[in-house]
Amino acid sequence: MSDHALTERPVVYNDAVVKKFVVASLFWAIVAFLVGCYIAAELTWPTLNLGLSFTNFGRLRPVHTSAAIFAFGGSALLGTSFYVVQRTCRARLFGGEALASFVFWGYQFFIVMAALSYVMGFSQSKEYAEPEWHLDLWLTIVWVCYLLIFLGTIMKRSEPHIYVANWFYLAFIITIAVLHIVNNAAIPISFYSAKSYSAYAGVQDALVQWWYGHNAVGFFLTAGFLGMMYYFIPKAAGRPVYSYRLSIVHFWTLIFIYIWAGPHHLHWTALPDWTQTLGMAFSIMLWMPSWGGMINGIMTLSGAWDKLRTDPGLRFSVTAVGFYGMSTFEGPVMSVREVNALSHYTDWTIGHVHSGALGWVAFIVFGSLYYLIPVLWNRKALYSVRLVAWHYWIATLGIVLYIVAMWVAGIMEGLMWRAYDKFGFLQYSFVESVVAIHPFFVIRLLGGVFFLIGGLLMVFNVFMTITSESTERPRERLIAPAVLAGA
Amino acid sequence: MFIRHEFFEKNAIFLLLGTLVTIAIGGIVEIVPLFTVETTVEHVEGMRPYSPLELRGRDIYVREGCYLCHSQQVRTLRDEVERYGHYSIAAESMYDHPFQWGSKRIGPDLARVGGKYSNDWHYAHLRNAQGIVPESIMPHYAFLAETPLDTDDIQSRMKTLRILGVPYTDEQIANAKADLMAQANPEADSAKLIARYPKANIASGNGHEVTEADALVAYLQMLGTLVNFADTNTERLQQ
Repeated sequence: MSDHALTERPVVYNDAVVKKFVVASLFWAIVAFLVGCYIAAELTWPTLNLGLSFTNFGRLRPVHTSAAIFAFGGSALLGTSFYVVQRTCRARLFGGEALASFVFWGYQFFIVMAALSYVMGFSQSKEYAEPEWHLDLWLTIVWVCYLLIFLGTIMKRSEPHIYVANWFYLAFIITIAVLHIVNNAAIPISFYSAKSYSAYAGVQDALVQWWYGHNAVGFFLTAGFLGMMYYFIPKAAGRPVYSYRLSIVHFWTLIFIYIWAGPHHLHWTALPDWTQTLGMAFSIMLWMPSWGGMINGIMTLSGAWDKLRTDPGLRFSVTAVGFYGMSTFEGPVMSVREVNALSHYTDWTIGHVHSGALGWVAFIVFGSLYYLIPVLWNRKALYSVRLVAWHYWIATLGIVLYIVAMWVAGIMEGLMWRAYDKFGFLQYSFVESVVAIHPFFVIRLLGGVFFLIGGLLMVFNVFMTITSESTERPRERLIAPAVLAGA
Repeated sequence: MFIRHEFFEKNAIFLLLGTLVTIAIGGIVEIVPLFTVETTVEHVEGMRPYSPLELRGRDIYVREGCYLCHSQQVRTLRDEVERYGHYSIAAESMYDHPFQWGSKRIGPDLARVGGKYSNDWHYAHLRNAQGIVPESIMPHYAFLAETPLDTDDIQSRMKTLRILGVPYTDEQIANAKADLMAQANPEADSAKLIARYPKANIASGNGHEVTEADALVAYLQMLGTLVNFADTNTERLQQ
């Protein structure tokens, strides 16, 4: 198959849209990290809220989460999916330049409008689904076009098989569409008003929301980025995927089990017990496919471990898979009702989210982009490999500071809230727990600043790479998908 | 099995459909029964739709993203029941579009904050939380007391909620504006308001202009007060 790929006249890929998404992703990364640091500082020193409606924590927090998940993560996912699907199908993007451009600009428009709407006071206040109905409709249109391009490209492929990375990207696209439409069902108070009321109420709304919320993690932040893992790790390591069989089992079990896990966000609440138990049971089961995927990613490096010494980009990808394994172990533990009684509502959850978001999502993106950027811009190599190593260590240190601070703060809050004195009264008032976690909020902020500095180093490095003179193309290892997958 | 997997690897449409079916199962099994099983929402006395002013207050709560720091869900755990009051039941949020149970307590739970403090406490606390609780890390919401409440679309808000199943009567919608004004003004005659919305708490407005702070305080002061748990036994709370 690889001989065939080498001899046939190469397809001209649409890389212009991929480049745009890569640049957008880096831009939004800095925005997300910066806003994250600022709101972390607000929690540490509340005067930074400034008393203005649009700078208060409540309005800025969705800016941070949307910028991180949908703008930074989303742009990276859309960009890499367009890159990967063209290579692995040996076909140019379906739908032509115009449609691809529409998806890019339409998606960026959605992000900018969403961020503006939060600070101006328009929010559905459903976590990670804050944009109001008109923006939801707009995103639906953009997303359907995205699905059309992706599916159309697969259908006109000149490879017989659909490569495993594309299964994950496709599952991400289709499931996010379903989640988005169902969870955002709402009726506006008038056609001319941005305000709407959710179609569901109370306990039903709670479950629909966390079915959405947890699968935003499962399909946006996991399945999509697993697609990235299944392409860029084998590419950078120059090795085929460890086990093809495992990737099949990984794919179907992951998407089947993930969708059930939502109720673990609602333990001990007014949600009926049977639903809570079901959510908990499936959350624990989810550990297995998650680790199956982790093993498949890490073991792909068998025989190429030495590359970690010379390729800090690959180091990002492999560390990402390590963090993925850690977060997907911590998650099932926290979904056990007894653990959740302690951890829920505390900063432990925030720490858990960030070990996933910084350790897994951001790192797999960094690793993929460090590989992708010289290829896309026809450069021999990155401007500086040493800067990549610096980025790696600063960012890793930042994550460690962040999650350790949040573990300590979270467990402390949980224990203080349930502590009794010797007379059988609650020992602490709520505000005493707020005071107690202050030092850890400072450490968390420090961790965030480290991560931001790492991001700025990356932006500098990428800028210098793109603007440097060299146009010699790196020797791309040409491995056809069937070979990549055929271990 | 792995030979047959080729089927999905070679047919994009079947891969898509297979994925759709696989992800649909869990969601359907968990979500649909919540709409069909009758005992999911308990039958208790006292629940009523929000009064117009409370509704507008809730809209402001939603707009400002208060749920990001304050939960509205007392869990069935001993320490929470002692700290906040009776655990929350599903019926108490049956008219909440959207629910605001929250996921993080940067500040305390608010499910039963109604009546816990005076109106004046709330106005002062919204203006400057540190003035009352020096260690608090809550932002200042002084601008709410300076912003006049937009009351023009109150009826369309209530009508929209009625479409979604909130049982507002024609009478309640027709008198929305009057009820709203009555609840914001301590000098006004509130008899009709209380008849339509039992237990409504009168905000301490200035009498000539309704502010967003009035609405938010009216909302906060009714949170968790509607169901009388003294009249309810655990059997009736069984889901």
